[in-house]
Formats: sequence, structure tokens, C-alpha cells
Amino acid sequence: MLKKVGGKGERNSAEVAIRDAAFPAPFASGLEYNAPARGPWNIVQTGMLIPQSHQIFACARGCLRGVVLTAAEMNAMDRMSWISVCENDLFDGSLEQNVIDGTTDILRKMETRPPAVLLFISCIHLFNGCDFGMILSELRRRFPDVDFADCYMNPTMRKSGLTPDQLMRRQLYSLLRPARMDGKWINLIGNDRATDESSELVSMIRGAGFGIRDITRCRTYEEYLKMAESAVSITYLPAAVAAGEELERRLGQRHLYLPLSYSEEEIMENYGKLADALGIRAPDLSAAAAGAEKALGDARRVVGDAPVEIDYTSTPRPLGLARLLLEHGFAVRRIYADVFSGEEKSDFVWLQRNAPELAVSATVHPKMRFARRRAQGEKTLAVGQKAAYFSGTGHFVNIVAGGGMYGFDGIARLAGRMTDAFLHEKDTKTVIQLKGLGCESCL
Amino acid sequence: MIHTARILPTYAADTSGVCSALYELGGMTVIHDASGCNSTYTTHDEPRWYDRESMVYISALTEAEAVMGDDDKLIDDIANAAAELSPRFIAVCGAPIPMMVGTDFQAIAAAVEAKTGVPAFGLHTNGMRSYLAGASEALETVAKRFCRRDAARSKELSANIVGATPLDFSVNGSVESIRRWLVDSGFRVISCMAMGSGLDEISLAGGAHVNLVVSYSGLAAAKALRERFGTPYVAGVPVGAGFARTLAAALASAAENGENAAPCARRRNGARGGLAVVGESVFAGSLARAVEAETGRPVRVLCPLETEDALTAEGDAAIPDEDDAAREFAAAAGVIADPLYRPVCPDGVPFYGLPHQAFSGRCYQKSVPNLINRNLRLWKTI
Repeated sequence: MLKKVGGKGERNSAEVAIRDAAFPAPFASGLEYNAPARGPWNIVQTGMLIPQSHQIFACARGCLRGVVLTAAEMNAMDRMSWISVCENDLFDGSLEQNVIDGTTDILRKMETRPPAVLLFISCIHLFNGCDFGMILSELRRRFPDVDFADCYMNPTMRKSGLTPDQLMRRQLYSLLRPARMDGKWINLIGNDRATDESSELVSMIRGAGFGIRDITRCRTYEEYLKMAESAVSITYLPAAVAAGEELERRLGQRHLYLPLSYSEEEIMENYGKLADALGIRAPDLSAAAAGAEKALGDARRVVGDAPVEIDYTSTPRPLGLARLLLEHGFAVRRIYADVFSGEEKSDFVWLQRNAPELAVSATVHPKMRFARRRAQGEKTLAVGQKAAYFSGTGHFVNIVAGGGMYGFDGIARLAGRMTDAFLHEKDTKTVIQLKGLGCESCL
Repeated sequence: MIHTARILPTYAADTSGVCSALYELGGMTVIHDASGCNSTYTTHDEPRWYDRESMVYISALTEAEAVMGDDDKLIDDIANAAAELSPRFIAVCGAPIPMMVGTDFQAIAAAVEAKTGVPAFGLHTNGMRSYLAGASEALETVAKRFCRRDAARSKELSANIVGATPLDFSVNGSVESIRRWLVDSGFRVISCMAMGSGLDEISLAGGAHVNLVVSYSGLAAAKALRERFGTPYVAGVPVGAGFARTLAAALASAAENGENAAPCARRRNGARGGLAVVGESVFAGSLARAVEAETGRPVRVLCPLETEDALTAEGDAAIPDEDDAAREFAAAAGVIADPLYRPVCPDGVPFYGLPHQAFSGRCYQKSVPNLINRNLRLWKTI
């Protein structure tokens, strides 16, 4: 068991009962630990979603190492190049010219020139006042057959505006150019995996005669560019909202944010908005809702009173999921999250009132280095890789960012995954250390 | 000078070198950076991370803290964590942004030490040099700061292993094999810097008769031990059975006559057109000598990393960039290198993959061979 390491409401502890937790930041900031759960995608994996594109990173060796080996583990080194920034580059006025010349050198060495290059600069460029616009202008002049996307690896600025993840998801669509709009196409934006075909979201759109474009389904750069012609862009992950807003501003595509939710009321509200956008009557979803209820009941009968732990990497709404599961009789014991999304305030308040002893555990607090519980006989079900790691269980639902499950169908499928995870143990050490869940891996 | 790579990866950075070298010593290592250095290190450069607990943390530097120079937050955060976790020492190092804003890590370490009472030191990393620079400075600091001056010279012949980290030796049993080989060669092993020995063992390193430098990471520490205790050092890794015997003899000689030696660099002149080994200079030089011993063919080292003249032989060459590697590979009769070098090796040049954690990270971790003190049977392949 994790020991209680702090007193009531003490923000220096690594764990707190939710009744005493502050919102949205239950823990004080400080040194941070990095748990070995590698499933969430990073900017390299997200960038690789643009078919046939090539990535060039300009940054210091230490920063390059992680992104380059991400590509290597994906067996995608042929889509990755780099320009190393050295100490003297920062002070001799050559920062911009080095990026221009380095990129030129790389592109001229390539046997086949890519249709698109994602050019990443880093914190040190931004701190140095690097003129990225000038760099891109010159590269576009030199290589008129290549589309250049300005991309950023700037974790130092993660609290100064958009996070690197949000920024990457936005820039992923920055190569879409204004195009004649086709009202029968809808984009799903900002996901790193396809949304389940069985979800009401997909079936409503297709059933109304609309086509779906999704970068996760694009096989060619031309298919990607076609996304510019869609009339509506739908996002459902908080990290994708900036991308949807930008497409609305730049291309005039209507942006619909239909947040991934575990609340029947919110799901119905989302589908109402979707029906309005599609110009159809809201369909009767009572069967889908009943299906979700049945799946949860079935899962509850299998899982019984076994403790359930949930982490923030599995879903953007860990509190909402905890509430849903508690409402259906599951013994949710702990949530792992370092900070809560503002979208979760109502679920947080509900949990404070209805499950005050529910533990909220940090994941990056220094003490978490020593918090991993080894197998102790108690069979724990985890949702998410970090929950699996810290709880020491092999019974876990291996998903990140919602896992492509959405709506009532998503709840039913998640319940099914929970049942399967409870019945079948995984090799946690092997599974969670693979980088970018769903990506190809050489490991 | 622009450093670019079309398809090759880059070696682990100095920050990873620091963390790797100090990993098993019971201290707390703090990288002053936003986030990337720590996840890169723990994912790609540290095979011990999942199973062996060590206090390696990131400061989670933000833009506002960097711009405003809020060093007090860093000092307080370290002190708070130290109060809870009781490390043996505290090491603080940094990434590019702290270098840009002129963070004084020695001063921060002094403030941390004054505040916590825990020995603390700062290191000069900036995320722009290789792991060898970081590991080297870290081990040198350990040698200067924690090796006891009163350590008595052991009665039996003894040695330290200096410069062992998983970045060069993986976790495939190679370091344990080096220990066994030393024992079989008549040496008691006082300590290994820094795999398999804690700080208490390392504190007694001054009692050894000789230091075995197994990577460039260990050279500065060996020089510090030489200065403090007069201990000579010998640079080499006992790769292959033949070279292992040579190295053991060199260690015995050094213990007796007190002279430093670098058998890894005492090779026949390798020339362009011959075999080439790519890698860290001490290991690659030792492997080159082992190949020479088994095949009779001269082998040159192509070194992509920092080294010193004393560790290289006539005919060796530096290949700091991808273009240098491609040019030298094209002129070679065969190349022994990490498998991720293969794309720049021409089709007609035989390529022999030898994974190196500091280059390819986890990609080939399961297939890193243990070459210590065993016949390489190269006649079958080379």
C-alpha cells in the first residue's frame, strides 16, 4: 500500500483524500519524477501522422536524443533528420542561417524529396529571439515543391500558453490550405487513433450521408490535404481544441467541440449539437445508453469489489470515469493525476461529496519514485499505464487519451476492456514501456 | 560549423552521462530543465530505471522561472525533496536554457548544501555535449570528493574499475565479467565506478594498486585518483581472450612500476582501406586490438565522441558528423558499429552490427553481446 505521506490537505504530500484536495492543482509543484509508462504520444509520433512527411529537428543534443530515438523505435529513421545546436551557435548570430543551411543540406541529400517537412525549433531558439518566419520564407523560396510546417519543441514554455502537445496537434493541420468547401465531409481532428466505427458519433455522421476525414486514416499526403475541403471539424479531446479553433479561424470550417465524456447528460448534449450541425433530428439513443448500462453491469459482476485505480493518461476525464464507475458499484480506490482539467470541476465536487475517501495520488512527486507497490495478493484493476505501474498490477486497460472510445458505445467498450483486463493478466513491464501506444515498435 | 544528420541518431547527452554515472550511489541527481532531458534519459539511456530505484529528478523549469532567474525555487525544491528522501549527496546539472541564462550550478549546490547539510555539487552540463563529458565530470567529482584520504593500500594486489556505465556496457553482465576477469587475474576489486558499487565501497578506492579505466568517462576520475593517491591507471577493456591477457599483464606492470598505460591505443597502424571499429575510444580501441589479435589484420578506430590523443593510435580518425562517417565507411574494408550506422555504410562494405546503448538506446538492448575475456571467433566472420 501507498503510505499516507501527508496530513489533511497538505499540498506537499504525494497523496491526498479527495475531500481534502485542492482544485485544479492538488499538489505543490517541485522536482518531478518520470514514471516508466511510455504509452502517451509525443510530438514526433503525432507529427508522423502526416503521410509522407519528413521531420527535421533543430535543437541541442540532449533534446535531439529523445525525438530521434522515438523515430528509431518506430522504425522511421528515414523520416527523421536533425540539426544540432551548439553553444557557439547561440552567440555568434548564426542561429537562423544554420537552420536554413542545415535543412537545405538534408533535403538535398534525400533521394526523394518529401512533399512536406515539419521543421521543429526548440526553447533555445525562442529564448534567442530566432526569426522563424524568415527561416521558413527562405526555405520556401529554395524549395517551392515542399510544404514547410513550423513546429515547436518548447517544453520550457509549457505553462506560457499552449502546451507542446496542444501546439503540435494544432500545427499538424497547419499545412491545410484554403480550399473549396464540400459540405458533405466532416473532419475528426486532433486524435492519435481512429475513433471506433461502432460509436454513435461515427454512425450518426455516416448515417446522415456525410463522409469522415481523419488524419489517422490518411494514407497519402493528398488525402491529408483533402481535409481542407471539409465543412466541419469535430474535436473531442481537450488537447485538440486549439486545432479545431485554428481551422475555423483560418479555413472557415465550423468547429464543434464535443468533449469525450462519461456522463449520459453530456453525451446526449454532444449528440444534440452534432445533430444540429448535420441538419438531422437527434436520433433515439436509448438503446445505446442501455447497452452501456448493461456492459457496466456485466463488468461489475466480473470485477466485483476489487479495487480500481485510474490515471490521467488513460482518459482526459479520469474524475468523470471514476464517478461513472462508482455510480455503478465499482470500488474505485485511487486516481492518479497531478492536475485536473477545468472541465472536471463538477465531477470533482461530486466525488468530494459522494466518495470523500477516494485517494488522489500524484505521478510526478519525488516520493512517487518509491511508491510502486509490488504484487501483494490483492487483485487490482487499473485503467491506464501509470495506474498499472504504481499499483503493481498486471490487470489493466491499456489505453491512452480515451483509446478511441466515444459516447455510449465507448462506455460499453471500455467496460468490456475492463472485464478482459480483469480476467487476463498482462506483462506490465513490457507493455507499458513501449513508446507511443499503437505505434510501430522495434522493441 | 553546422552539425546535421540525415538519418543517423545522436549519442546520449552530458546530462544522461551524469545521471548514469551517479545512479547507484545513493545520491539525488537533479537536472535543471523543463522536462525532456529526464524522460529521454529514463526512456532511452537508463536500462535500470524500471527495476532499480534511484533519485533522478527534473526541476520542471518554466519560462517565467528562467526569465526571472528564480533560483530560490530550485534550491527550495531540492531542499524539500532532500528532507523527505535523505540522499547521500545531491548533484545538480542543467540543460541548454540554464546555460543560456547563466545559471551558476556551483553556487546553487553550495546554497543547497548549506540549507540541507547534505554534500552537494554542481556540474557543467548544458545538454550540448556527449554523455562522456557528463559522466566524466561526475565520476571525477566523486573521486575528488568522496574517496577517503585515509583509505589504506590493500595488502593483496587490487584494482578499481573506473568509467563503467550502462551507456557503454549495457546491463548484459559485461561489468560483472570484468570483475571476474580481474579476480581471475589476481586482483582484488576494491570498487567499480559506478556499477555494482555503492558510495561506501567507492570511498575506499584510494586503497587500490591500480585503476582500470574502461571508458573515456573514467579517465578524469583516474587522473584525480592518481593525483590524490598516486595510483597509476591502465586504459582498456578486456575484450577477447587475447587482449584480456595483454591487459592483465599491463595492469600488473602498472601496479608494480606505477606508470600509466593505454594498451587500447597500442595497436598496429590501421589505415584507410582496412577494418574499422566505431565507438567510444577505450572500448573501440580495445575491440580493435582484440580483432587484431585474432585476425592478424590492423584495425583502426573511428571515433565519433570526445577522446584524448593518449587513447588513440596512429591511423584512428574522428567522425563527429554523418558525412565524416559515410566518407570513412566508404573507404573501409569492413565496419564494426552500432546497427543504426548501417544506413551510411555503402552496400559493398561489410557491416558488422555491435549495439551501443549510448547510440541506439533501447533499440538493440536485448542483443548487446558480452565480449569480455572470451574468444571472439572473428575468423568466422571477419
